[in-house]
Amino acid sequence: MSKTEKKLVIFSELDVEKALKNALQKTRPDIIGEVRESGLKGRGGAGFPTAVKWNLAAAAQGERKFVICNADEGEPGTFKDRVLLTDYADQLIAGMVLAAYATGAREGIVYLRAEYTYLRKDLEATIEKMRGRKMLGKKILGKDGFEFDVHIHMGSGAYICGEETALIESLEGQRGEPRNRPPFPVTVGYLGCPTSVNNVETFITALHIVEKGAKWFKTFGTDKSTGTKLFSVSGDCEKPGVYELPMGITIKKLLETVGGPDAKAVQVGGASGTCVPRKDFDRAIAYEDVATGGSIIVFGPHRDMLEVAINFMEFFCEESCGQCTPCRLGTETLLEGLDMLDEGKCSLKYLRELCSLGETMQISSKCGLGQSAFNAFLSIIENFKSEIFDTRCSCR
Amino acid sequence: MPNKDKNAKFGPDRAPASSVAASVEVAKNEKELGAMVAVNIDGNEIKVPFGTTILDAAKKLNIKIPTLCHHEDLKVAGVCRVCVVEVEGQRTLQAACAYPITSPMTIKTYSPKVRKARRHNLDLMLKHHVGECYSCFRNNNCELQSLSKEYGVDFYRFGHDTEPHHEIDRSSYSVVRDMNKCIQCRRCVRTCIDLQEVGVLEAVNRGPDLDIATFADMPLGEVVCINCGQCINRCPTGALRANDPSDEIWAAIDDPKKHVVIQTAPSPRAAIGECFGLPAGTSVTRELNTAMRRCGFDKVFDTNFTADLTIMEEATELLIRLKKALVDKEQVAFPQFTSCSPGWVKFLEHFYPEYTDCLSSCKSPQQMFGSIIKTWYAEKAGIDPKDIVTVALMPCSAKKFECNRPEMQDSGYKDVDYGLTSRELAQMIQEVGLDLPNLPPSDFDDPIGEATGAGLIFGATGGVMEAALRTAVEIVTGIKTEKVFENLDIIPIRSFEGVKYMEIKVPAAGPVPPILSKALGGLKDFSFLKGATLKVAVAHGTANAKKVMEDIKAGGKFSECHFIEFMACPGGCLGGGGQPIPTSPDIRAARTKAIYAEEKTLYSRKSYENPTVDLIYKEFLKDGPCGHTSHKLLHTHYTKRGNKIV
Repeated sequence: MSKTEKKLVIFSELDVEKALKNALQKTRPDIIGEVRESGLKGRGGAGFPTAVKWNLAAAAQGERKFVICNADEGEPGTFKDRVLLTDYADQLIAGMVLAAYATGAREGIVYLRAEYTYLRKDLEATIEKMRGRKMLGKKILGKDGFEFDVHIHMGSGAYICGEETALIESLEGQRGEPRNRPPFPVTVGYLGCPTSVNNVETFITALHIVEKGAKWFKTFGTDKSTGTKLFSVSGDCEKPGVYELPMGITIKKLLETVGGPDAKAVQVGGASGTCVPRKDFDRAIAYEDVATGGSIIVFGPHRDMLEVAINFMEFFCEESCGQCTPCRLGTETLLEGLDMLDEGKCSLKYLRELCSLGETMQISSKCGLGQSAFNAFLSIIENFKSEIFDTRCSCR
Repeated sequence: MPNKDKNAKFGPDRAPASSVAASVEVAKNEKELGAMVAVNIDGNEIKVPFGTTILDAAKKLNIKIPTLCHHEDLKVAGVCRVCVVEVEGQRTLQAACAYPITSPMTIKTYSPKVRKARRHNLDLMLKHHVGECYSCFRNNNCELQSLSKEYGVDFYRFGHDTEPHHEIDRSSYSVVRDMNKCIQCRRCVRTCIDLQEVGVLEAVNRGPDLDIATFADMPLGEVVCINCGQCINRCPTGALRANDPSDEIWAAIDDPKKHVVIQTAPSPRAAIGECFGLPAGTSVTRELNTAMRRCGFDKVFDTNFTADLTIMEEATELLIRLKKALVDKEQVAFPQFTSCSPGWVKFLEHFYPEYTDCLSSCKSPQQMFGSIIKTWYAEKAGIDPKDIVTVALMPCSAKKFECNRPEMQDSGYKDVDYGLTSRELAQMIQEVGLDLPNLPPSDFDDPIGEATGAGLIFGATGGVMEAALRTAVEIVTGIKTEKVFENLDIIPIRSFEGVKYMEIKVPAAGPVPPILSKALGGLKDFSFLKGATLKVAVAHGTANAKKVMEDIKAGGKFSECHFIEFMACPGGCLGGGGQPIPTSPDIRAARTKAIYAEEKTLYSRKSYENPTVDLIYKEFLKDGPCGHTSHKLLHTHYTKRGNKIV
């Protein structure tokens, strides 16, 4: 697996203990202020400003507060958190300590993807080691009145548990199903307490920002999408792997880096993301253009794009929690439609009906899964309509 | 770890949750700064308390937002997405039932986006809803049907299954589950888990494979279901219904050799009118008598008579327990629990089997009636009991299970042949073509048609306790109950509070009346109780029953009670699983009001003043309450079921 050679932010050098010690010298508002200044947005995919989240959790009333690391990396085509959990676990835990300090939490949980069970032992060893070095536990690094500890909770293999409220339900021992929002977890979260849920990469990035400054961080990326981001690149390219690249990079540039000169399309953002065709490769990967939590899947010229769409929709059918109508039955109906297309039996009129249904799913589903399940369908149908209809002529 | 934490909101004992609704607390003090929030709904301005849902705010403006998974009695789910509305500035639509208003906002409830989304979501629900409206018992009383009409559904946009994909589960005596009609709103799940805390139904699988199922998908008759039928009352479609015996009953009525007797519980009379368009809380007792006769029932009796009899037996049982404990210094199980609610009885047998000794050994009024009909009445009327068919009109689905308990055959026959719900009788009346509200009124038949107000109030939560106290206080103290409780109204145990508690000081000791002297072993008076404080409690809904039982287990205040009334259904029998659909706190309150109003019109409001009760002890149950004959016919025993079904 390839990795970026240039060490920009996340992969740059950092003395964890020193960084944490420096951070604990600062006041809580200063830390949140630094993160706000940096413009850091959630690295899990939704792109919610991290400082806003921490500030809300800090301001919320509650005797107990929690910091939860969302390590349920499940978006098809992403594996960057796995790398971080493997090689940068100490930075992650330190990032959680930082968040706990900023929000006033004393308890932390790493919600670890079931498929990453093999990482648990090493993670626990890291946590134990950090306890030994006073980076966890009571009076952290000599800071009076600041205590925080972390434990690991295993997921059970549901994609939906990467959605923060479903993750919390799962932690509480319930079916992993998203809650109604508001209230948001920052005020009513795990066990009803204020809870800040952040992605693995977000914690680590925040730690670097607080240590090295928002200004430095902003030298990377665009105005609206500051800093760098990890990308999990897979599919039809020469050097699949995890890359740290500045936000705002064009797809063309990214393809040059990973070696995918003849790609006909790139799926940015995994199954819930958008399929970008060759003609749009000048588009930038950024919150203001094509957003992603890190998944980049390259499709070579020989790929059948309808098959790709079917594959994604099958994934959503499988992973929809099933609680709300538009997602439970909408995904199924769209999949049936794709199968009809595949058999050359879908009329254009019904296809329009399905696209209208897709819009309903986007605006009326309870959580991000249902709201984004139509994205891939739409972008593939829109951009590859003639390919699909040419290969499956309904008049044959 | 969360479960080890004592302060954790959800302990390990909590039943598996339906989707937990984290909610915002609604502001109570409207004058507090920031307590009121301005909203604009469809151009109308209103100020509502902080935290009010969009749905409730719209209601205040008389703006109707359609709902489906929402139910007043249940936790918010926000899953059907029928109540979605547009909130200005938000990319996605919001579920009005779940969205709390915490800042000023502008809302549109019928914009093109909203209408399209609602229609689509309905179209999707109809996709797998198998079954034709005209062959469904919920025809004209179905929320899915009404919504389809309101939204002008005239074709199946995304297809429609015609072949059933589930076998209908008829394994339970009480509840029939036809999952082909299920639209997965999870009201039944929330009813079973959150409202009743039984936890038999749960969502399983994911995505389009999602199903509502019992544990390991076992038949409903083989799981720890208590048959309360509360899920039926809250199902928006025909996926859940009671096991309908009306075909068998018609066959019996049509059989000239059969003498078909119907006994009517106190609650249906205050609710059945709803099936004929009457407002909730309209009592139709005497019109109903006429209707049942016209349907062909040979005799129409009043279960309230055996309710009175139950009071005699149950109060005597309590006095015997008290005497054994205080005079004979024996080990006796306390508190004594009422046993008239078969849902509660099965709940205790499953979840608290170690407490079966606390259950009163008295049969429920329904079952007492059954054995009296096939013995005393049969003899008096000169009819061979094998030719008698007893039907029990009940507000209850669990009564269907109860009459099929193997121990309920003390008359030598099945004591009660069929339990019939209010809904099912309404259907029979409609089939005959009767206009119930406008029928000429008539009385119950003799000799078992005579009942007191005490028997009537069995239908309401706290009613059994109140009826028992009216008799027990007078017997024990020798003072007229009216002098202890003004107007005979025992208000503290009447409310809809989930658990009610009351203490009564025994100020004086009356003589033991002759009828009880045998049962109490020749005791002369009740001086052993003078000065004592009688502690009683009332709980309705099994979630509340569970609270009381857990308190008893922990040795809390309820473990010191002497007598506790438990009803499986919220609101007592008036809110039973066999009552007309829909149900809501307001509807149950209206029914209760009707019963207490009717009670005031009766000739007596104390069970022991019922002359037929007097007569039966003279003529038939000669050795008095809790005597030999009554033990054989009117008392029963229980099964420590635990998680076993037997």
